[in-house]
Amino acid sequence: MGAFLVKRLMFSAVTLFAVLTLVFIVIRIVPGDPALVILGDQADAAAISALQKRLGIDRPLFEQYLSFLSGAVRGDWGVSLVTGRPVLMEVLAVLPWTLELTAVALLLGAMIGVPLGAWAAINRNRMPDYLTRLLSLVGLSFPPFVSAILLLIGFALALRWFPVISSNRATWWDWFQSIALPALNLALIMAAYITRVTRSAMLEVLQEDYVRTARAKGVPWAVIVWRHALRNALIPVVTVVGLYLSILIGNSVLTEIVFNRPGLGKLIIGALNQRDYMMLQGMMVIYTLIVVVVNMLTDIVYAVVDPRVKLS
Amino acid sequence: MSGSIHDVPDAAPERLRWLKATVSAFNANKTSWFGLVVFAIVVVLAVLAPWIAPHDPLEQNVFSKLRPPFETYYLGTDYFGRDILSRLLHGARISLVIGILATIVALVVGSMIGIVAGWYGGRLDIIVMQTMDMLLAFPALILGLILVAMLGPSIGNIVIAIAITSIPSFARIARAPTIAVKEREFIDAGRSLGFSDLRLMARHVLPNIFPEILVMGSLWLASAIRTEASLAFIGLGVKPPIPTWGGMIREGFENILESYWLVLAPSIAILVVVFALNILGDGLRDAIDPKLKGER
Repeated sequence: MGAFLVKRLMFSAVTLFAVLTLVFIVIRIVPGDPALVILGDQADAAAISALQKRLGIDRPLFEQYLSFLSGAVRGDWGVSLVTGRPVLMEVLAVLPWTLELTAVALLLGAMIGVPLGAWAAINRNRMPDYLTRLLSLVGLSFPPFVSAILLLIGFALALRWFPVISSNRATWWDWFQSIALPALNLALIMAAYITRVTRSAMLEVLQEDYVRTARAKGVPWAVIVWRHALRNALIPVVTVVGLYLSILIGNSVLTEIVFNRPGLGKLIIGALNQRDYMMLQGMMVIYTLIVVVVNMLTDIVYAVVDPRVKLS
Repeated sequence: MSGSIHDVPDAAPERLRWLKATVSAFNANKTSWFGLVVFAIVVVLAVLAPWIAPHDPLEQNVFSKLRPPFETYYLGTDYFGRDILSRLLHGARISLVIGILATIVALVVGSMIGIVAGWYGGRLDIIVMQTMDMLLAFPALILGLILVAMLGPSIGNIVIAIAITSIPSFARIARAPTIAVKEREFIDAGRSLGFSDLRLMARHVLPNIFPEILVMGSLWLASAIRTEASLAFIGLGVKPPIPTWGGMIREGFENILESYWLVLAPSIAILVVVFALNILGDGLRDAIDPKLKGER
């Protein structure tokens, strides 16, 4: 396990370096001078060159690359062009909101998706299976902002169960009311993915020899399904959930906009609208970090759950 | 590796084979036909939009703004008194054009990368596919919105941004079957006849892996249309007043408290198209590769 961890950490470090390089390339390869983009076509040359100096984009490309890399690792992500506060501080201020939303959504999604997928698999090619597959396909077809708006119309405007906008978290009830609809929105889409993966993993496991052996021994069907089959089927599910993180991040951005909830999503949209170039760059770095770290955690969880896994 | 020149299968029968396979794939899974028909109807409506739309989608009428549906206007009017139905029909054109172009670009570029990586293998394969995996790991929507924000929201730039986010997926899809196909005897035969790598890849590998790529194409078209709508909702779509579905939802969202139907019509439109494409691609994939049933 120790050797595995060291190897995995080194692999993550290499990936992080590579993705940061990719981020740098994406930001710099895009045609157009950021200073010109920020100030507009009408700006005079002196103002543009002053901003270029402030952004550090008047220096040679390789020098910029080195300072970008070292800055990203040290947590020096520059200063927001709008608020003047360090980008890292702005990000850290809203990060808990997004993490909380994602975690609740993931938990809820798994709680809906895993039983549904297992239910579909044990009723293969019967009504529950067709119904579940249809529902999950509908779930996959929803653009996240559309489902969010429909939830908003249904539960906040028509039924009035939840406030339209709420970021009040004084009591547990307030907290629940502010997170319920956004989390449900992300969870339903997540559940659609998890249902499909659980179903196909279960189908595969139910055909294994040990399931047949257990049946032959006379182990009750429910015990086989829930204890033997599902536990093994969950292994691929863990990996897939890790892979869907990038989708979940994109969905959370749209969800945060619709429900007007603070978080990384609203931060990046604000930065886009105000052409806060430094903030955008910092956002790319934080998303990279999240993706690399979660992928690493997924692999480690995978190795813990399934001791047969070795890093190849 | 026995056999004469005549045993080398030419590309033509291969091509016919996948056409046949496609038709039988459709028949094996009837829901695919449903998806195809619904999608075809939407395409026809979009093409005919200028002739069948009851009003000019850009024509403003301050005296009839925010009219509810089913009065004088089938789907009501927006804040500027523009006819929602006409905007919906015209908006379909933008969504479909961007979605289809982005999917074609991603399909062509991604398949080329995947085939070349799988064909040559070795270090090139490792470097290319690692790069693709990293691109894949980065949230597509974030990458897309940064690219559009920096390039500017024109149709061409939106197409490029969406295509870049799906190129890695096509590369992966094309690579795996290429590795399997390149070991086949007809490739060796072609090589011994002195065919160039390029010819072998284009004429003999591509037709063999094309069905799989095409099936993924329909699923990615669904995803591309969803991404385009998401970008437009964020404000990074084709510039107003040109109607786009995502843009209509964005505008309608500002009046959601009093006129919720503004967002409802384009929302349902997006949902119907994406669902039709998903059910189409899903059924086809099940038919082509039963092992993948239900996986994404």
